[in-house]
Amino acid sequence: MELSRRGFFKVMGASGAALAATPGKAKATWKSKAPPDAYGCLVDLGRCIGCRKCELACNKVNGLPEPEKPFDDVTVFNQRRRPDDKAFTVVNRYYTGRTDERNQPKPTFVKVQCMHCQDPACASACITGALHKNENGAVTWNPAKCIGCRYCMVACPFQIPAYEYSNPITPRVRKCTFCFDRISEEGGTPGCAAICPVEAITFGRRSELLKLAHQRIKRDPVNYVQHVYGEKEVGGTSWLYISQVPFEKIDSYNMPTRQIPKLTETIQHTIFSYLWAPITLFGILGGAMWTLNRQQITGKSGPGKEKEDRS
Amino acid sequence: MSEHARPAPVAAPFWTPGVLVLLFLMINAGFFIVARYIGGLAAVTHLSQTRPWGLWIGIDVATGVALAAGGFTTAALAHIFGRHHYEAVTRPALLTAMLGYTFVAIGLVIDIGRSWAIWKPLVFWQPNSVLFEVAMCVVIYLHVLYIEFIPVVAERFGDRIRILAVLNRILDKTMWIFIIAGVVLSCMHQSGLGSLMLIAPTKVHPLWYTPLLPLLFLLSAIAVGYPMVIFETTIATASLKLEDEMEVLSPLSRITIGLLGIYLALKIGDMVVRGTYVYLADGSSESISFLVEIIFGVIVPWILLMCPAVRRSRRWLFITCAMIVGGVALNRINVFLVAFNTPYAEQSYFPSIGEISITAGLIAGIIFMYRIAVTYLPVISARRREVTS
Ligand code: SF4
Ligand code: SF4
Ligand code: SF4
Repeated sequence: MELSRRGFFKVMGASGAALAATPGKAKATWKSKAPPDAYGCLVDLGRCIGCRKCELACNKVNGLPEPEKPFDDVTVFNQRRRPDDKAFTVVNRYYTGRTDERNQPKPTFVKVQCMHCQDPACASACITGALHKNENGAVTWNPAKCIGCRYCMVACPFQIPAYEYSNPITPRVRKCTFCFDRISEEGGTPGCAAICPVEAITFGRRSELLKLAHQRIKRDPVNYVQHVYGEKEVGGTSWLYISQVPFEKIDSYNMPTRQIPKLTETIQHTIFSYLWAPITLFGILGGAMWTLNRQQITGKSGPGKEKEDRS
Repeated sequence: MSEHARPAPVAAPFWTPGVLVLLFLMINAGFFIVARYIGGLAAVTHLSQTRPWGLWIGIDVATGVALAAGGFTTAALAHIFGRHHYEAVTRPALLTAMLGYTFVAIGLVIDIGRSWAIWKPLVFWQPNSVLFEVAMCVVIYLHVLYIEFIPVVAERFGDRIRILAVLNRILDKTMWIFIIAGVVLSCMHQSGLGSLMLIAPTKVHPLWYTPLLPLLFLLSAIAVGYPMVIFETTIATASLKLEDEMEVLSPLSRITIGLLGIYLALKIGDMVVRGTYVYLADGSSESISFLVEIIFGVIVPWILLMCPAVRRSRRWLFITCAMIVGGVALNRINVFLVAFNTPYAEQSYFPSIGEISITAGLIAGIIFMYRIAVTYLPVISARRREVTS
């Protein structure tokens, strides 16, 4: 009996000591983990002519499967498309009521791909860290870690990660890689940015691109919406957009300016830093048990346990 | 103190029509599981690029974990707070929790795309991820449950299987650690499950999206623990023709009044503070689902429970507890399925035959295993009624 009583205090003492070792440290303040000098791309929707060359280039550099309709088929514009497991980027066409000089409806073309968020929700959510924000800004996926839980798809505010649902054993999470390998090389650019015939996609340092974006919209305030999409959205994204039509009209939804992972990470780290909360709870419950139901700990039979005592 | 009989195997005929139905459901699910591993998730589910989590996560995992809360709530009551009166229900609740979590794990294995990679979170830690925390807690808790169950098995087979007796003797002295750890782990992952959807502020309907979600999940799990025990004990004693154990269940339901009241107060308070009641009257499926959840799943049963007559009546107590269980189940379904909408979605989600079949099969599996366990192991204390008439 004495032995287990001492055993009890040993365990309880250890939890108390662990607790005492963490004074004040428990309050974790959340800090953005955005890389300081990430690359980015500026997509100027005022320039895009909807040629779908970027789709073609993306398909080629990533070795993606041949699409049903060829890349010069404009009938694909009749539907709103989303990037999926077979296409990392798509261009959509919108008619927002604008007309050209001959009074014809004037389309706006919008290229969609992963935004490579500065603090990506997908990477914060990923159970194993298979998704990762690299120093150069690219958010990439590591097949060696992924278990296929699809929590990244739940998390991404832009609904980008796509899944190979038809693969029974080794399905992959598919998304734009920001052409990680290409941009890791000196002078390398993403496939889509390199091919664009009208320079609608500019590749560079995010900080530089932000300046460029503001320059362009300020230079042409008549035509351009005075907003850089991706500057503040979800705390900032590596890919930035400027547009001549309001963003709501082209399915670029209003996003909170707060980093998406901030709330969950704050909760997680407040509760789990040094495991102080679970240890405290363990201590409280242990104390309760010691006062209310000591025989459970000492093994001394209570009235209800006599019968099962072997002795 | 416990005037109760000791738990003993139940000598009821095993092959009843009900058990055959269970078997059918399990075999049916088996076919769909085979199909899932041949054609992939696309072959049996309606999951899509905009709907990554469906029925399996909503019911098999989220609801399953919530309804297994009877395990830790009864353990806390009887073993930690020393209310020995309730010991009669701790073993059935422990068994349900153990089976429940086992099937949560099975459900997860089927759901994740790379089932064979399920062990990877044990190696690649990602403490920023809520899912990682939940997974770790569930894995550890599952083992704690198995350990807590060893004495039950040892009581029966200890003479024949030496190792069981040895383990049991070790556990005699250390069980308290596992009991407390079980409660701590439960609190952690029950609330963690609520944090899961906080990563999707733009997709979860504001009626449910609140930073208090983890706390609400924890409180509702604690509140549903005893009603679930009453619910399943009533079904078990009725179908196995046992004494009804009302002398344990009635007082258990009294404790629930307070627990459910706290949950209700927080839920309504949160709604008022965030002003989300404005969505209640818009007639959308979300608002209706929310109203059903809170009125029939919380408010009505809460009021019912306050009547002593309800708590004494076996039938009414059962109905009331079934409502509470249904309310918490609906809450989990609401949070994970109904509330989840992305603006990019082209079509809405409704579970496929395959998803429903596998979910039904897993639930049948739990009941089937429960049936086997109470037949061969000393789990249930109630004695068989003399069958007259
Ligand atoms: S857009 Fe989505 S997938 Fe891309 S980095 Fe952001 S959260 Fe991740
Ligand atoms: S599906 Fe893969 S990449 Fe996505 S969260 Fe799960 S483990 Fe991470
Ligand atoms: S950056 Fe690379 S992967 Fe991404 S859309 Fe452009 S070409 Fe495709």
